[in-house]
Amino acid sequence: MFARIVWLVLRKDLTVEVRSLEIAYTTVFFAVSCVLVFAFALVREGQAPEDGAAGILWISIAFAGTLALGRAFERERQSETLRALLLAPAPRPAIYVGKLLGILALLVAAEAVLLPLVALLFQEDVFAHPVWLAAVLLTGTVGFAAVGTLFAAMLVRARSRDVLLPVLLYPITVPVIIAGVRATAVLLQPEVEMALVRFWLALLVAFDVVFVTLALWTFEPLMTD
Amino acid sequence: MPKWFMPAAATCGLMFAASPFLIANAPYESTMGLVQKIFYYHMPSAGMFLIAAVVCGVASVRYLFGGDPRQDRLAWAAAELTVLFGALALVTGPLWARKAWGVWWQWDVRLTSSLMGWMVAVAYLLLRRYGGPGSDKLAAGLALFGMANVPFIYISVNYWRTIHPTTTVVPTLPVSMGVPFWFCFAAFLLLFVLLLRLRVRLEEQRARVDALYLSLDQ
Amino acid sequence: MDRTIVATMTALLLTGAFVATGSAQQPQQPEQQEQFLPIEELPPQDQLPAAPLLVTAYAFVALALFGYVLSVARRLAVVQRELERLESDVKGSRRT
Repeated sequence: MFARIVWLVLRKDLTVEVRSLEIAYTTVFFAVSCVLVFAFALVREGQAPEDGAAGILWISIAFAGTLALGRAFERERQSETLRALLLAPAPRPAIYVGKLLGILALLVAAEAVLLPLVALLFQEDVFAHPVWLAAVLLTGTVGFAAVGTLFAAMLVRARSRDVLLPVLLYPITVPVIIAGVRATAVLLQPEVEMALVRFWLALLVAFDVVFVTLALWTFEPLMTD
Repeated sequence: MPKWFMPAAATCGLMFAASPFLIANAPYESTMGLVQKIFYYHMPSAGMFLIAAVVCGVASVRYLFGGDPRQDRLAWAAAELTVLFGALALVTGPLWARKAWGVWWQWDVRLTSSLMGWMVAVAYLLLRRYGGPGSDKLAAGLALFGMANVPFIYISVNYWRTIHPTTTVVPTLPVSMGVPFWFCFAAFLLLFVLLLRLRVRLEEQRARVDALYLSLDQ
Repeated sequence: MDRTIVATMTALLLTGAFVATGSAQQPQQPEQQEQFLPIEELPPQDQLPAAPLLVTAYAFVALALFGYVLSVARRLAVVQRELERLESDVKGSRRT
């Protein structure tokens, strides 16, 4: 039952998205523009500052993620489909998980474009530890999207939601950004300290577990009028 | 207002009026000298910042799962005081640090997590101010997430930057410094309770106004 | 005779070279410091006067607390006035 509703919500979102690809195109293009803006600001004499690539990658993910979250729920708001979804006789947490997976798919697609771009522009050996890097990126994205999906869903009914989403989201996701940037920076160095990577990854996993649980727990009271 | 409010407010005013004399008479600290005296207002501000944040978080969780509007009013009042006392701590801190450490700001655990907590409180107020109808629940959710975030911020910043200032000096204060410190702390605590009561009163009156408007409409 | 001259010459040259490299290792610092004014005599943190920082801190606390109390009092007065007006309205509507 639960898994089926998750799948139905996810499939609905993906079908709507695939038809126009509006959010996917705009998000990826925005993320690429972010990388370029930061490159213009930070690169001196063809060299990015130390750990600059990791920071630029994560800032672009966070910015593009906020944009995608806003757009994804704006679409639901315009045709009142979120209300219809919440009126359906389905467990609320399942709806949340379905929306979360949809956002995740979008962000992972954006990362798949960003990562080679960063590797190319900053001469970073991104694919030296592909499994570890993928794990860091995935856990970090899950943490960001878990908080972001809940907040964006809450804000659908609020005024000035487009401004409030980043205002609420960034202070809460600071640990994700710190851990993600640090772990990625360590992985991009020629000599990788695995103990550090493991520590940051453990922190990210703990963050994911705590915040996904909290979101599942509070989605019901938060989404009732 | 309750009966105790006016006498307590008078006591609080007297305590704040007396505190400069106690602070002036306290001895100088051996390495930091005069500037260390910021401590007597800085540390109580930071303490009230923390207490206000905890009150806001607990009240928010109780509102979210209980639905009692009194808890919501308490949470809102506490959030505003979190921003106020947080601003006091975050402004007096760098003024002290400029002399004691030679820099205005350090990316140290305590400073960074205080700043992040303060930002969450500011976000809470922005949400309540501009969120429109229904923002009470959203703000309660934000407070809950902000509370859950504290250990993560602390661990991540601690690992990212491991420069610690020695601020765990309070239990070891000599009497000559301890008396003015605890006096100031008590004054700030009293002020906090008074301001909280006053701010909750404001929300209560607003709720009464709203209820009256509703009854007039009917 | 020639040998001793050569030996002393090389010894002199070597010591000269050593002195030169030794001084070359830290050449700039004394020269640049001559340009500075006598303020440089104490480490910078001793130069900072503490009193203005202290006064700023206490003044900020006092002003911020005063401003906050004032703002709450003003907001309360506004609400109180509205409440009284509404209450008299309600009474008036009941009488009629």
